[in-house]
Amino acid sequence: MKTVQHTWPLALPSGGLLVLALGALLASAPGALLAPRHLRAQVTYDRILRSADEPQNWLTYNGTYSSQRHSGLDQITAVNVGDLESKWVLQNQVFGAWQSNPIVVDGIMYITQRPNDVMAVDPVTGRVFWRFRHTPDENARVCCGANNRGVAVLGDKLFMGTLDARLIALDAINGRPIWDIEVADVNLAYSVTMAPLVVKDKVIIGVGGGEYGIRGFIAAYDVDTGEEAWRFWTIPGPGEPGHETWDDDDWEHGGASVWVTGSYDADLNLTYWGVGNPGPDWNPGQRPGDNLYSDAVVALDADTGELVWHFQFTPNDGYDYDSVQVPVLIDIDWNGVPRRLMLWANRNGYFYVLDRVTGEFLTGTPFVKVNWSSGLEENGRPIPTPQPAGSPTWPGNQGGTNWYPPSFSPSTELFYFSAWEDYATIYRPAPAVYSPGRAFLGGGFDVLTPTPGAPSVGIGRTTPINNWTDAVGRGTVMAMDPRTGEARWKYEQFDVSDGGMLTTASDLLFTGGREGHFHALDAATGELLWKASLGGQIVMAPVTFMVDGRQYVSVISGHTLVTFGLRD
Amino acid sequence: MRFFSRVVLVCFAAFVMFLAGLERGVAQEFADHRYTSEAIEAGSRVYVEQCALCHSRRGDGVDGVDLRRGLFRTASSDDDLRRVITTGVGGGQMPAFDLQPFELDGVVAYIRAGFDPSGVAVKVGDASRGQVLFAGSGGCASCHRVNGQGPRTAPDLSEIGVVRTPAALQRTLLDPSAALLPINRPIRAVTRDGETIRGRRLNEDTYTVQLIDSEERLRSLVKADLVEYEVSETPVMTPTTLSSDEVADLIGYLLTLRGLP
Repeated sequence: MKTVQHTWPLALPSGGLLVLALGALLASAPGALLAPRHLRAQVTYDRILRSADEPQNWLTYNGTYSSQRHSGLDQITAVNVGDLESKWVLQNQVFGAWQSNPIVVDGIMYITQRPNDVMAVDPVTGRVFWRFRHTPDENARVCCGANNRGVAVLGDKLFMGTLDARLIALDAINGRPIWDIEVADVNLAYSVTMAPLVVKDKVIIGVGGGEYGIRGFIAAYDVDTGEEAWRFWTIPGPGEPGHETWDDDDWEHGGASVWVTGSYDADLNLTYWGVGNPGPDWNPGQRPGDNLYSDAVVALDADTGELVWHFQFTPNDGYDYDSVQVPVLIDIDWNGVPRRLMLWANRNGYFYVLDRVTGEFLTGTPFVKVNWSSGLEENGRPIPTPQPAGSPTWPGNQGGTNWYPPSFSPSTELFYFSAWEDYATIYRPAPAVYSPGRAFLGGGFDVLTPTPGAPSVGIGRTTPINNWTDAVGRGTVMAMDPRTGEARWKYEQFDVSDGGMLTTASDLLFTGGREGHFHALDAATGELLWKASLGGQIVMAPVTFMVDGRQYVSVISGHTLVTFGLRD
Repeated sequence: MRFFSRVVLVCFAAFVMFLAGLERGVAQEFADHRYTSEAIEAGSRVYVEQCALCHSRRGDGVDGVDLRRGLFRTASSDDDLRRVITTGVGGGQMPAFDLQPFELDGVVAYIRAGFDPSGVAVKVGDASRGQVLFAGSGGCASCHRVNGQGPRTAPDLSEIGVVRTPAALQRTLLDPSAALLPINRPIRAVTRDGETIRGRRLNEDTYTVQLIDSEERLRSLVKADLVEYEVSETPVMTPTTLSSDEVADLIGYLLTLRGLP
């Protein structure tokens, strides 16, 4: 055998030392966390269901089906968080905001990058095993960047939605495509940007295109074949309940996209999804009625896609208040009675608590300045107070919060999310004519310059200079007590933040923002414990995982995925 | 000392003779699998006179057919091409041509050479027979994976018909070590705790190497943690012992592997 021989300097500890070191490691961590990382096991549905029991992995978009983004890992603590150091960096190969969420499966990280690449990465060194590349159809259209928010896993397969509205199953070991199906017509500007959700033997996704007059839907596909198992239209067709909330043929192009991953309650067999804005976005007068199920949460039977209940946050929305937030599922005592709840800080500026068995509205309180509504009725329906033409509306177009994932800590019993405070928009509705595959917006809004009296901000920062200063809205990490609807504490930032949240069993809260700071806060008090300046916008939540007995935290900033671990 | 030099000299001479024999053997093998340059030359003349009127000089004059790039409506093997040429296509789509055997071989050779009179025209056999060989006596399926079936230790071949020419496929079958892509080289590593890891290289840098091991696991190794590390230039795959007709059939099958529809 002809070989190229390399010799490496070796600094072998003595056998005795090695045994001692291993013993210490074994004594300090649960056995499951120390399983050899290259141990190849199937990711069964049962494992995903019990993913909280294997905190060394991050198996779904939001960590678990309840979407709490809370990790059971506690190696990194308030005491040693100052010892975090960057272990490796992975550069995005394509420019543009990087909104992807990595998953970590038995020592392999899977991450997507623009437009529809999937990479298998060693989570200890950041080196890449393989890359799969899908080139979207040239007719693919998305409103807000060629985003993809990640993959789902089941068995040996990965699943990715694409910008040209396809769903692709990949071999998780070698990255080869197994099946590739059309979800919807790319020429009508359908797209898929969210990470899919796998439930049992089905992979569930929703479609984007709410700015192009699509008719939205959520659909489930057989994991082995890609065959469609069920489809739930987020705008009811003729004869279906809710169709009466649309006038004439408005329902055919009414938007109601779904672009953020939902949650699942296995006991109820219900899967929950937030639905996007109606179209045209800013001209509600053109589509009279409540426009169901836009700006609503829908609870669907996971086996059939049948609608079990819905709750609409913003009827006849004229402000682009997508309800594409992550449904966060918690079980706590509510007025002394254990209840299955759903927490929801909505883009419309209200924080809601719902009963997730029935959809019953329990409470709703504004968490930022709100003037589009003067309050909520007993059933949670907002009392509309549209502002005069030319006057600012609070919160503005990007909302009091948005799609970035929140977190709930069972330890602190607080709900954490990024809020945009004192942020408003002046809307300018205008009639829109539907043309297949073209923008269907219904006017516009002022965000390009700070407008006197309207503390508006741009959708994204394009320069390192924050010339918006403090004349416009600001970002806040909000620690909401779900029982009171009041923030227990706030951590204010100078600029607004599109950062998601991660909490850990050691009561750390990791998040970041548009300024490029990545920080660790005390989840109980909001005290700043550690920070790192990463330079680029943080527009996704961090994840944490453990490999070979060491805990890591990964976060994307700008075009880089940075992974931190404790100093050796 | 002198004795030692002589031994080295003898060994070296034997090695050179071995290499020469190997070279000659491979050359003969390749000739068995290819059309001659005379056939390609003859075929080019027949093509221009008889075929180009409809198929165009570039070979893409008929919808759904690109002769130069090997895209056909129904044909797959060389015999298929001969049959279409001699019997025509029904419904008046293509007349039957009455060609001499050397002219017929020539046209097939010209097509297989990609319309390059100085090119290489590899014989392409029957895909269904090739599929049987792939799974059976060819021994391919014991290492290669196709459309979700088979091991992942060797490169997946589901799209190989798109990314490799017949000549490249033939080269891999007859002389795999010459065709082996450097990235795919076999790795052998021994860790400090004595584990021996063998696998196919996927990625490498100064400090680490990524591979898929013999158990189909993705492994990332830090070189400083290894006591031995070898990258072999000899592939696991050995030169095929199939006959030239069988190799043609196998190539015929591999060319049908074009990924997901």
